[in-house]
Amino acid sequence: MKQQQLHWYDRLWIVTPIYLGLGCFNILFAWVGMIFFCLPLLIAIFGGGKLYCNRYCDRGQFFSLLGGRLKLSRNYPTPRWMRSNVFRYGFLIFFFIMFFQMLFVTVLVGSGARDLSQFVTLLWTFRVPWHWAYHGTLFAPWVAQFAFGFYSIMLTSTVIGLIVMVLFKPRSWCVFCPMGTMTQLISRLRAGKSEPCTGNCVCCNEGDHHAG
Amino acid sequence: MASKNRAHVGQYCVACGCCVKVCPIGAISVWKGVKAVVDTLRCVGCGRCANECPAGTIEMIPREVVQ
Ligand code: SF4
Ligand code: SF4
Ligand code: SF4
Repeated sequence: MKQQQLHWYDRLWIVTPIYLGLGCFNILFAWVGMIFFCLPLLIAIFGGGKLYCNRYCDRGQFFSLLGGRLKLSRNYPTPRWMRSNVFRYGFLIFFFIMFFQMLFVTVLVGSGARDLSQFVTLLWTFRVPWHWAYHGTLFAPWVAQFAFGFYSIMLTSTVIGLIVMVLFKPRSWCVFCPMGTMTQLISRLRAGKSEPCTGNCVCCNEGDHHAG
Repeated sequence: MASKNRAHVGQYCVACGCCVKVCPIGAISVWKGVKAVVDTLRCVGCGRCANECPAGTIEMIPREVVQ
């Protein structure tokens, strides 16, 4: 049995604590998170499938590490409703509504209709004071507002991910992660009607069975 | 092939790739970001992928069954 080789990208889990940590010192670092938002989508759009999830996602690896290697997960099956399309797509839509609401607040601050609120909103509900990570900005106030909003999203999803990691499988979050759902959706659209080879038929006479 | 069972990926696969990482012989891969596919001839039926899968969609089924 071959031991799977470790690659540089298998250590990307470190990015999660670094990102969340930097946001505690200066909220403007939250902008870096745009990479975690755009890269998976770009990879999927250009035909890379879920390569981001399968290989580069720091968060997935972080949960695997805590729940798997550090055994912080109960390793119970993820509840069935959580993997249902209704929940997955419902969560995606909810996520988008909250995302656009965050953009709307950013626009309000940008237009001067609202003051910058130095809070991180946890689980879309709890306003946690975060002024100590704001030291003024060289840019417009909306830049900082977006950073607070984006960091709230990242922290919230990490918290939910950690909860389901402990309760269920290490990567239960990946079942309904909006990025994962979106990239799978894009991949499915790209794949169209084609089907993977299951190696169970004799139609191609390849003599060897191949997956994928 | 000695093993009685093999892995079968069901309809709830989210293509996360967790199964790929634990398969000791690399018999499972994610197809085009859509779903995981088992190379049925190489699968040794160890069940590690089924235990790992967060969507709980991998079943161990008898080899004779053609899905
Ligand atoms: S589903 Fe989400 S958390 Fe999981 S690997 Fe993909 S992007 Fe990362
Ligand atoms: S049952 Fe074992 S050998 Fe077969 S695909 Fe799963 S991990 Fe690989
Ligand atoms: S671990 Fe489960 S959900 Fe993830 S790719 Fe494998 S079969 Fe699909």
